[in-house]
Parts: sequence; C-alpha cells; structure tokens
Amino acid sequence: MYDAGKIIPGLVVFVALVTFPIWRGVADDLPKPEKPTKARQCVTDTATMRKDHMVLLNKWRDEALRTGDRTPFVVEGKKYKKSLMLGCLNCHEDKKKFCDECHVYASVRPYCWDCHYEPKEKF
Amino acid sequence: MDMKRRDFLKIAGLTAIAGIGAPTAFSRLLKGEVDGGAAYASGGEGAAADSNRVRLGMVIDVKKFNQYKGLAQKCIDACHQIHNVPDYGNKKDEIKWLWQERYENAFPEHSHYRRNEELEKMYFLVSCNHCDNPPCVRACPTQATFKMKNGIVAMDYHRCIGCRFCMAACPYGARSFNWRDPRGRSADGRPFIAHVNPDFPTRMRGVVEKCNFCVERLAEGLPPKCVEVASPVKAMIFGDLNDPNSEISRILRSRFTIQRKPALGTHPSLFYLI
Repeated sequence: MYDAGKIIPGLVVFVALVTFPIWRGVADDLPKPEKPTKARQCVTDTATMRKDHMVLLNKWRDEALRTGDRTPFVVEGKKYKKSLMLGCLNCHEDKKKFCDECHVYASVRPYCWDCHYEPKEKF
Repeated sequence: MDMKRRDFLKIAGLTAIAGIGAPTAFSRLLKGEVDGGAAYASGGEGAAADSNRVRLGMVIDVKKFNQYKGLAQKCIDACHQIHNVPDYGNKKDEIKWLWQERYENAFPEHSHYRRNEELEKMYFLVSCNHCDNPPCVRACPTQATFKMKNGIVAMDYHRCIGCRFCMAACPYGARSFNWRDPRGRSADGRPFIAHVNPDFPTRMRGVVEKCNFCVERLAEGLPPKCVEVASPVKAMIFGDLNDPNSEISRILRSRFTIQRKPALGTHPSLFYLI
C-alpha cells in the first residue's frame, strides 16, 4: 500500500469526526429531568413512563372526557387524578426542569401548553 | 255514477295499498318506536326513552331571575371565570357559555300578538341545551363533540379542527369560535382572561367552545356553577330528567315549562318555568 502512513491516520481522524456527535452525547449531555420530591413511585414504572407517557396521557384524556371515567389512579395507597394539570404536575412541579428537559433535547413540541397551565405559571 | 272499469280498478288498488300501510305506521307510533314529537324527555339520544339511563337537565325559573335582577349576570360571571372564558372585548368575537337573550330571540317560535310588555323587557338565561338529539354531534366530522352517557353534549378540544360545522348546525347559537388566542392580550395590553383559574385549561385559537354543564364539577359531586350561584333563591334546578323521583321531574310534572325551539326535534334538556 502506498502512503499508508497518511491514509490510516486520515481514516482514523475521519471516523472520529463523523462519530463525534454520538460519543459526545453518550459522554454527558443526556437530559436529566428533575425527579419529584413529593413521591417516589410514579403511576407506572419509570421505563414505561419514559417511553409511553404520551400514550397514557391520551388514554386518560379519552377516559375522563369521553366515558366520564375519572376514577383516581391508585399507586401505593396514594390517589392521583387522571389529569395532566391536576395529576402529573402535582408532583412534577417544574415544567421547565421536567418536561422541557427532554422535549427540548429531542426537539419535540407537544401542544399541551397551548391550553393547559403549568403549575408555576405567573398570572 | 259513470265510471270505467279501468278507473275503478286503479282507485281500488291504491286504496288497498294505503290500507296495508296505515296500521303498521299506527302501531309503530303507539309502541313508541317512532318518535311522534311529543316525548321530550327521553334520554335515548332522540330514540325511545330509556329510564335506566341518566339524562341530566335543568329547569330555569324565569320569574325568579326577573325578580332578582343581577342574579343572571352573577351566574354568567361565575361560569366564565371558572372556565377561563376569554373576553375579546367586541361583540363579533364574543365567546359565550352562558348568556342572556330577549324573549323574541330565545323563543322565536312562540308567536304572540300584543305581547305582555313585561315579557318584552325580560331577559332569559340561555346556554347549550344539551339536546337529547344534538345536531352539532351529527355535524362534527372528527367526533370532537359527542354525547356522553349522562346526556351531556361534551367537547374534546384536542380533536376540534375548527371547521365550525357544529356552529352552523346548532339552532341555539350556543357555540362560539376562538378567532383569537384566548391567552393573548388586546391592543391596549388587557389580557383576554382577566382572572385565570389555574385548575381549568383554556382553549387555543381556532377551536369552538361551549357550556360543558360543568362536567369537571359534577365529577367531584358539585352542581354546575350557575346552579350553585342561583341556589339561594332556587332559580335553577338541576337533576336527572329520567329519574321520576328527582326534584326536577317533580317540577316538570307539576308546573308548566317551555323549551327553546321544540319543533326542531332536538329535544333540549333545558326547560323554562314561565
């Protein structure tokens, strides 16, 4: 092989540059949503909530609005209202430190806040 | 009498067909399978009455509202405050869940020559009628508005695409469209929602809204807000129209009430004590 001394280091630099965003992200820049202090256990386990919280919110919305089923969700003897504003945000008090942390990172813009109030909103 | 055999046979044939049809139509009417227009408080979404199901309704005592001036406005203010109903400051964009209407506008079907002057001056509290046969629900292409099991005509604002078919379908003008953002401010900096209730969401620009019969309060065992405000003088009575022992049923049995535009067949659940 001609010019191996140039090509191999060049390839190494190229691969390092191309994969830079991946290992930089893995290193430390992952979002860290703030955990609530009021309660330890969420309505479902963390892995499910992380992946499917939007599915659960849609399910709650349909149950509460359409079938009128607003029976509270019971976890470890504690009752939670089937509601974003009156349920979830009771424990997750800071929208900016909880919701926005991941949504901004993943560039997701849910329209919840067009209508629903966040707990610490100033009037 | 001079009649050709051909004509006689024609008439005889037609009479026979009519004779076969008539008894079936009558028996269906008698059995209540077909709505003859007389049964108002049914609860079967426009079909036959179903006493096993709840059908929420309201009686509004017009005399009491006339006696206690200002009570109607108090009800309206309380309703609009807890539901974050915006005030855009002009009639064209007005959002109304509960409002007042003159007799001739509220009850245009009740024609009357030389009407009582007192009646001409009166205002009537009106809102969504939570019809048993709601035309808005049929018009909605996304099922954003729907009939709940307890008779409430509810809305899911998440699904509303703002087509305003429901507004065209509603004969009572009970639906309002948000031409502007309810969270916004007017040109002079006044917020459209003066006193925010943080426990209830607002709407967004481009959706239709209306009275929800306070479903969120009913879920907690509270009466609708307007009924609560009017409760010291009992100007509004709320309850299950299908339950023969409820207070509202007792009043409907014993007193004369009218509904808004009953001939349209929407079967309103709001009744007016005159």
